[in-house]
Amino acid sequence: MTPVTPVVEGRAIVRDYHVPGSMLRRAKTVRAVKGIDFSVQKGKTLAIVGESGSGKSTLARIIALIDAPSEGELLIDGQRVDIAASRPGPALRSKVQMVFQNPYGSLNPRQKIGDVLTEPLVINTDVPAAERRDRARAMLQKVGLMPEHYNRYPHMFSGGQRQRIAIARALMLNPSLLVLDEPVSALDLSVQAQVLNLLADLQDEMGLTYVFVSHDLSVVRYIADEVMVISEGEAVEQGPREAIFANPTHPYTRQLFAATPVTDVDAIRARVARRKAARQAVA
Amino acid sequence: MSLLTIRNLTVRFATATGSFTAVDGVDLSVDRGEVLAIVGESGSGKSVSMLAVMGLLPDTATVTADEMTYDGQDILAMTPAQKRKLIGREITMIFQEPVASLNPSFTVGFQIEEVLRFNLGLSGKAARDRALELFRAVGIPSPEEKLKSYPHQMSGGQCQRVMIAIAIASNPRLLIADEPTTALDVTIQKQILDLLMSLQEDYGMGLILITHDMGVVAETADRVVVQYKGRKMEEAEVLDLFENPQSPYTRALLSALPEHATGDRLPTVSDFFTEEAAR
Repeated sequence: MTPVTPVVEGRAIVRDYHVPGSMLRRAKTVRAVKGIDFSVQKGKTLAIVGESGSGKSTLARIIALIDAPSEGELLIDGQRVDIAASRPGPALRSKVQMVFQNPYGSLNPRQKIGDVLTEPLVINTDVPAAERRDRARAMLQKVGLMPEHYNRYPHMFSGGQRQRIAIARALMLNPSLLVLDEPVSALDLSVQAQVLNLLADLQDEMGLTYVFVSHDLSVVRYIADEVMVISEGEAVEQGPREAIFANPTHPYTRQLFAATPVTDVDAIRARVARRKAARQAVA
Repeated sequence: MSLLTIRNLTVRFATATGSFTAVDGVDLSVDRGEVLAIVGESGSGKSVSMLAVMGLLPDTATVTADEMTYDGQDILAMTPAQKRKLIGREITMIFQEPVASLNPSFTVGFQIEEVLRFNLGLSGKAARDRALELFRAVGIPSPEEKLKSYPHQMSGGQCQRVMIAIAIASNPRLLIADEPTTALDVTIQKQILDLLMSLQEDYGMGLILITHDMGVVAETADRVVVQYKGRKMEEAEVLDLFENPQSPYTRALLSALPEHATGDRLPTVSDFFTEEAAR
């Protein structure tokens, strides 16, 4: 059997940021991503986990074709992509779309929802206006909103609804790969559950591939097939979700797991007992 | 004996479209040396009720309560001068955004010494020594140098340590922490929670922890109050709450935790409310 071409593949991806110098300070180069390899198969979810400053969002922006890598190759559907050499055309843009963390910031407050959704079609396709409208209305229903929301403005929606709109916008071009940068971390727990369910449904229905950036291990455990733990620009651990959660080998992964609060009843019982004992010792 | 007692607290905001009730008849009490967690989602009124105690609400807010007492003294009947003696000394508060809570124009050393000067009447070397001692107590590395730093030169976790140092400067008996770790990474969150818990035990303070994170509740609280849309849904010892939640809303919150997922779908809060209505 021939191996299936991954939807997205990265080979030794490096990203440098140049901090310009001044009279008193020498210019320096910060290496935010230090040679990361990965690949994701169709219909699967790769979760990138790390803390602030780890380079996870930089990597996400490279995969979403927003920034070019300084070194290394990025392959989409087996084709080498180099956005530094040539701007990606409509076909490539349609394949890869992104959803950002903050739905309050990622939607233009002066743009009606209908325009938000049809804009990608206007820019990248020559679909006629009537069909654009129909597609936008259908997409609103698909993400759990109503067709009559078409003429409303972003401020009329709650955070969870706005994130649904951002997801709808990303799906308008029928992408095969969706890059989600902390899509649920600005949302309340109950809304987070709804959005995660929606993402799971859409993945099944449309055969989507996800690259899911998150700092929240409990969300990752729920949604990921493959997990990459990144720290200071390096992928310290990479593998199938079950393996990483069952047996984290890298010290940083273990530290991350140890710091994540546990809501397990036995753990709480043990903590309450410890506290009681400490109090009695004082008294 | 309870340190802070609140009975039937209601907070209303005057808005352009009429009055909005943010907190609706909430009862609360916290004992000496107790850790009380107030948990709820955005709009549950969890912060507003504590801001009402601190007197930090804007003029558009109307606060009413049958009782609001601190150590037997009626907070509602206090004169502003009496309140100033209490708030910021006996009761102190830390907030979600540590970097935004500090003044960017002054060194953190100046800001902590300011508190020591106003609240404890310390000056000069005495204030400096006490500031140093407090920085050591909250685990700030090389405290002598850090006193001369500006907030932007420190990380979020370190700024939160500075805020905690300022909050415990006057040996308060009640510390209110409003989402103290929400803006921080998990490894830093753990350090800050561990610090708060050890200070709470050493100083025997009452601690009110406002949070939306069930994980934080599980790791810190003695007792928990669950709020939803301005009302108290449930109050229980932490173990009882997780083991045997009484209110449907608490059950919904707990099962919406991704780690409690069974099968492919996460139950959502609205699933629970439909289920309740169907009964």
